[in-house]
Amino acid sequence: MMEDETFTDISGKTISLDCQSHSSFCREFTVSSPKVSIGKVMVYTCSVWLLAYAAFFITQNTAVLSSAILITLVGMMFHIHFVKVDHESLLVIGSLGIQVSSSYASGREITTFIEMSKIKDIVINEAIYMHQIIYYLCVLLKDPSEPNAVSSVVPLFQVSQRLWVEEEVEVCRLRPGVIPSVLNFPAHLGRVRARKTTTKQP
Amino acid sequence: MVLKIFFPQCCNRADSGLLVGRWISGHDSAVVLAVIHYPFIPGQVKQYVQQMQAQSGVELSVLGSWSLPKEGQEGMESFLRDLSTIFPQQRWLQIRRQMGKTGFTCEVLNRDQNGIAAQRTVKKEKKEEEEDGDGDAEEKEEEEEEEEEKVIFVHYEQRKVMLSQLHPIESGDAKTDPPSELRQVFQTVALSQPLFFLDKYDDGPLKSTHWQSEGREASIIVELLKQASVPLCLLLSWLLSVWTWICSVRIFNFYPLRFLSTKLSTCVQLSYRTEHMKTLSSPKPAASHTQFMRKANMLVSVLVDVALGVLLMLWLYRDDHITMLANTLVPAADHVAKELDQLLQWLMGAPAGLKMNRALDQVLGRFFLYHIHLWISYIHLMSPFIEGILWYGGLSACLGLSFALSLLSDMVALFTFHIYCFYVYGARLYCLKIYGLSSLWRLFRGKKWNVLRQRVDSCSYDLDQLFIGTLLFTILLFLLPTTALYYLVFTLLRLVVVLFQGVLHLSVDFINSFPLFAVGLRICRSYRLAEGVKFRVLCDEPGVALHLLMEINPLKVSTVVQTYQTPTYSCYPRDSWLALVKKLFVGELIYPWRHKTTKAD
Repeated sequence: MMEDETFTDISGKTISLDCQSHSSFCREFTVSSPKVSIGKVMVYTCSVWLLAYAAFFITQNTAVLSSAILITLVGMMFHIHFVKVDHESLLVIGSLGIQVSSSYASGREITTFIEMSKIKDIVINEAIYMHQIIYYLCVLLKDPSEPNAVSSVVPLFQVSQRLWVEEEVEVCRLRPGVIPSVLNFPAHLGRVRARKTTTKQP
Repeated sequence: MVLKIFFPQCCNRADSGLLVGRWISGHDSAVVLAVIHYPFIPGQVKQYVQQMQAQSGVELSVLGSWSLPKEGQEGMESFLRDLSTIFPQQRWLQIRRQMGKTGFTCEVLNRDQNGIAAQRTVKKEKKEEEEDGDGDAEEKEEEEEEEEEKVIFVHYEQRKVMLSQLHPIESGDAKTDPPSELRQVFQTVALSQPLFFLDKYDDGPLKSTHWQSEGREASIIVELLKQASVPLCLLLSWLLSVWTWICSVRIFNFYPLRFLSTKLSTCVQLSYRTEHMKTLSSPKPAASHTQFMRKANMLVSVLVDVALGVLLMLWLYRDDHITMLANTLVPAADHVAKELDQLLQWLMGAPAGLKMNRALDQVLGRFFLYHIHLWISYIHLMSPFIEGILWYGGLSACLGLSFALSLLSDMVALFTFHIYCFYVYGARLYCLKIYGLSSLWRLFRGKKWNVLRQRVDSCSYDLDQLFIGTLLFTILLFLLPTTALYYLVFTLLRLVVVLFQGVLHLSVDFINSFPLFAVGLRICRSYRLAEGVKFRVLCDEPGVALHLLMEINPLKVSTVVQTYQTPTYSCYPRDSWLALVKKLFVGELIYPWRHKTTKAD
């Protein structure tokens, strides 16, 4: 089952969601960010090099040029290795656990696996970010000493976007108790509590 | 419920036979450890499994049967199915694989209380065969669809899981909850070492397949080191006992020497390293993973330290570097003394345009000048011996680079002792002045410090008390700039020296505490230190059970350093920045690099 609709994140960039069902109790959701645009790269490199040439023109020192090249290269490598996220995925395996992984543009992957015994619940949490309220999906982890307390909250799809907002949908209010379709987990994985999920047209 | 079977990758191509492993209670999962091949005698298999259980302490049992039919082995399947009656199990797994196909098929035979075996099939083809009834078809379809994909095969690499250690490390005693499923899987594989001793070339009655079935692997160097370590440990412990006997000789317990030995960082480093060597020289092997890592880190740190020290020695003792150093040391000390001289002359004049109190200025200045003169004469007296001292001191580098650095720090402390003295004089004077001023200021306002209640109370003074108090207050107030300036100058000098010593101490601390072995292990054998696992879906064809590959997720390097740091003797800095500035302002003496073990002297 593959779904590819257009969503945007809280800063307006387009992202895409891909759901793959490996079996009835194993599903993988992938959120992909847009790739690095060649226009932006060219603009940045040209501006840096123009500045370097201007500095060289003034100071007549070739070290300025070499340092500009070095800075551009190092900056680009740093950006694709540490900053630019290509896609984030969530692999849900029934009765084993949840695996969250983010993969960067350079191919580096960071993976975390959360065991079923540590998961208390998966909820949609709301937060106030500047002038808007954003909703994000997060996993509540159990505290080992107290079974009823929540030890930590792990937001999912953290690096790429906090939430995807459906475009071109009229004001739609979910009735209490209704579960959105993408989160159709089997009962033994836990209930999803959807609180106040109003999606508005920006 | 979903049944999870942890299957080793080495057994993917094993010949047909019996599966030996462990059921993990409470989580509905099974760990397969080895496959015992046909032909076997069931009685011998039972005996072998019991023997292994006793040796390893893991609840081993025969889980089921594995069949990978090759040519000429047609009757195997029925034979293996009949075996379920011989081995009494609650559940019997029958795993089948066809050569050339990727997926496994699994049948689970359940034995309920009546002893009747109810069969639940997992193959899709079987479901299609039974789809003939009308009214029952949908129900059966649903039931079988429910039961259809309820087995997950998790493939793991046996050797890596056996050697790996999950973090955070749980100590055995403080266990409130049973360990999680993954932890139990890791523990099971790690504890089942006796099971992996039989290999393909043994002539026993049973042939099994596991990660070592191609023949036992071992490294000659490791074995040789293990053999050599016992006499080495004995030698080391003997040497250490001789050393501790020397150290505990009565003459060293006299007060001045004892006090000195806690102040000199070389002695502290020496005692610290002696502790380490005592831990290393114990002949018992390490009981737990943490102890093993600690011992290994200590050993590697000592070896690297000694190697760096020997390198330093090689550099020092060739090309007459020592003579060069000695020849620059005395002129450098002279230069410092001359600079201090000039500084004091400047202070005695009108420093930075400030007008000092002439008399106090002259007194303080002359006092400090005489002190410097004494010091310089002392240095000149010592100058013929400096080269000898440096030569013998350089020999201490063979004990390790940390010793050389601590010796350097001690020598710097000794050579700048006069700056320390000046700082103490200036600070004490300033401190006295500040306290006097604050007390007389309270008197000026008609208040008093109540020692009993630890607060400021009002008080009525007599006239002569007030008169003398005000007089003293004025004197102290107008002498304040002079004292404050001297205090400022010497505090700055002292801080420069403290900074330099601090850098040396930090590097010694770094050499002592950095877990080189753990970081090396993380880089070269990253599966040994595991933070968790990661899963990858191997094959998800509809109708075949789900196959996942479990790989080990290694620990981050920063977490490795944090977990395996060797504790050292210094805790720094003792005060926060605010407290330090406050102390400086009031005039209290500061000791920013106080060692953890020293009591309040």
